[in-house]
Amino acid sequence: MDNLLEIKNLRASIEDKEILRGVNLTVRAGEVHAIMGPNGSGKSTLSAVLTGNPAYTVTGGEVTFSGKDLLALSPEDRAHEGLFLSFQYPVEIPGVSMVNFMRAAVNAKREYLGQEPLSATEFLKLMRERRTVVQLDNKLAGRAVNEGFSGGEKKRNEIFQMAMLEPRLSILDETDSGLDIDALRIVASGVNQLKSQDNATIVITHYQRLLDYIKPDFVHILYKGRIVMSAGPELALELEEKGYDWIKEKVDHEG
Amino acid sequence: MKADGTMSNPLQQYLDLYRGHEQAINAGAPSVMNALRPAANSALGGIVLPRKGSEDYEATDLAAVLAPDYGVNVLRRAFEADVAQAFRCDVPNLSTHLYFCINDMYHPTRTALLHDQGGVVVETFRQAWQRHPQLLADQYGRLASLARPEVALNTLLAQDGLLVYVPDGVTAERPIQLVNILQAASPLMAVRRLLIVMGRNAHAQMLVCDHSQLPGDAASLALSVVEIVAHENATFDFYDLEETTSANRRISTLYVEQHTGSNVLVDGITLTNGFTRNNYHVEVNGEHASTQLLGMTIASGTQHVDTHTFIAHNAPRCHSNEMFKYVLNDNAVGAFAGRILVQLGCPRVEAYQGNRNLCASPTARMYTKPQLEIYTDDVKCSHGTTIGQLNQEALFYMRSRGIGEEQAKTMLMQAFVADVVDAVRMESLRDRLRHLVEKRFSGSLASCGNCLSPCKITE
Repeated sequence: MDNLLEIKNLRASIEDKEILRGVNLTVRAGEVHAIMGPNGSGKSTLSAVLTGNPAYTVTGGEVTFSGKDLLALSPEDRAHEGLFLSFQYPVEIPGVSMVNFMRAAVNAKREYLGQEPLSATEFLKLMRERRTVVQLDNKLAGRAVNEGFSGGEKKRNEIFQMAMLEPRLSILDETDSGLDIDALRIVASGVNQLKSQDNATIVITHYQRLLDYIKPDFVHILYKGRIVMSAGPELALELEEKGYDWIKEKVDHEG
Repeated sequence: MKADGTMSNPLQQYLDLYRGHEQAINAGAPSVMNALRPAANSALGGIVLPRKGSEDYEATDLAAVLAPDYGVNVLRRAFEADVAQAFRCDVPNLSTHLYFCINDMYHPTRTALLHDQGGVVVETFRQAWQRHPQLLADQYGRLASLARPEVALNTLLAQDGLLVYVPDGVTAERPIQLVNILQAASPLMAVRRLLIVMGRNAHAQMLVCDHSQLPGDAASLALSVVEIVAHENATFDFYDLEETTSANRRISTLYVEQHTGSNVLVDGITLTNGFTRNNYHVEVNGEHASTQLLGMTIASGTQHVDTHTFIAHNAPRCHSNEMFKYVLNDNAVGAFAGRILVQLGCPRVEAYQGNRNLCASPTARMYTKPQLEIYTDDVKCSHGTTIGQLNQEALFYMRSRGIGEEQAKTMLMQAFVADVVDAVRMESLRDRLRHLVEKRFSGSLASCGNCLSPCKITE
């Protein structure tokens, strides 16, 4: 099967501080990858760099997404090509309604793909249909983006946006943080409903708990800006039990 | 400019004009207007125009704006251009009572009120001097202070004006709309005057649209004074929407006097302009009065918008809310100076002032000065001012969803002014304004000249 995402020796820094020091990762369509690792190891940086956050500077390596040079694309074009990030901290945008926000996003993508924009009726129908994936109510459309949303609503709103945009690769950056158990089930169920043989998911998490709901095919450990270990789902269970110290010791010793 | 390089007194040319043409200026004007000219003349005679950078003119060089040798239409020559031709917005389904002011000549349209229709009076001062002389004599120039050079100059040269009078207990069913057009081939000063008298329990809304049709290189000036009196329990909304061109100079001074229980909203909106100085002076003299003083500026290029506000709470138990928002792009310059005064013996006053500014480009400049002066205990007052850039996190969030950078910026700027647009109490204008703001930010708002949208308001 073709590689959807191929990261080779990716290095990146923020304000001259190097965070990613040579990341290698390959994701194929239909796969779910979990990235775990201690705080400060570079997990969120990886998602920010992949989506083109201008706060970070890529200092080396290459990333191919669907055969294209991902790093050469603007953040919006990366989205159009099918990359999606569920933010760890979704941003509140007072004054911009969800309906305007999503319509702008959906139609920008359609324009990029050479498709006609959706009519207002078609768009509202799509929105109605997709919000059920994460059980958001009909007040959603009129609310400002994430403004006054509870922690759980914000995360459900991220998955709703994912459902609207139908990405080929979704990165879920600590989508489980701040969720109670019911919200976690809703969010995970939403992600699972959207899963297909044509798309892939990268789940960044600290806890095995989320992986009970979103079952990974591979688990990677990111430490000090590198993926230091990759294995099957059993690795997550092992981490839950033993923590990271044994890996840190091993890597630092070899280091 | 004098030979030695110093600026001569720019007011002198107008004083000379008055001295040379006093008879012509007085001819046909109501004697109540003529009666104030000598006082205006002597007020200007002893005046030194405030320097740029002085207390009330932080960012505005009044002398430079008044310096050009503007022509004044002393002989009241009517313009050849037919109003309807110059401005094609007189559509049949227009739901306002519409009046035009070409430079400083007033013209009713076919949607204008018939004589005293429904009890509402809209007439020129010259007409009012025949029909409502006592009202004009009592109210003309009563609020406007000749100590201000802008007001004194206006009073010296104004030859007509528009009176809006809503008698006690009368409600104007439709909004009254005045479309100002500044139209000149060579530099011209239009001297405009508005007087609005709201009787007890009278209710009305008014929309003024300021346009210009000017050649790009010759600056012309609209110098206007507005006086608004709201008697007991009157409600009045005044929306002042400017969509002029870069050659347009505007100096507007607006006075409001509020009596017990009155409710007044004044909203000054600048979408396109050249140079603008707006003065607002509100005296709240009766208890339980409510004041909304709002404004919104969207400026790019070298647009200059300077707002100066003063609200005096002279009575207890009143409420005022002031909010001015600016979005500045390119090399635009904005200025805001606002003062709220709560006089001694005015408990339970609530007065809030806000000035929020977005500098969307590194070369845009904003000057702001909020002031509160409180002489009574037991009041609730606050002021707040912010100057910021576009929220980079929000911008990235939007781009990560596929929204292009320019569109994302536009949406964020629109969102920034959304609450001021929402505060408009005239529904048709609010919808229209939302559309205009969107067009303005996306750069597709024609810089005036031909038919402009605010006149296409439909209920």
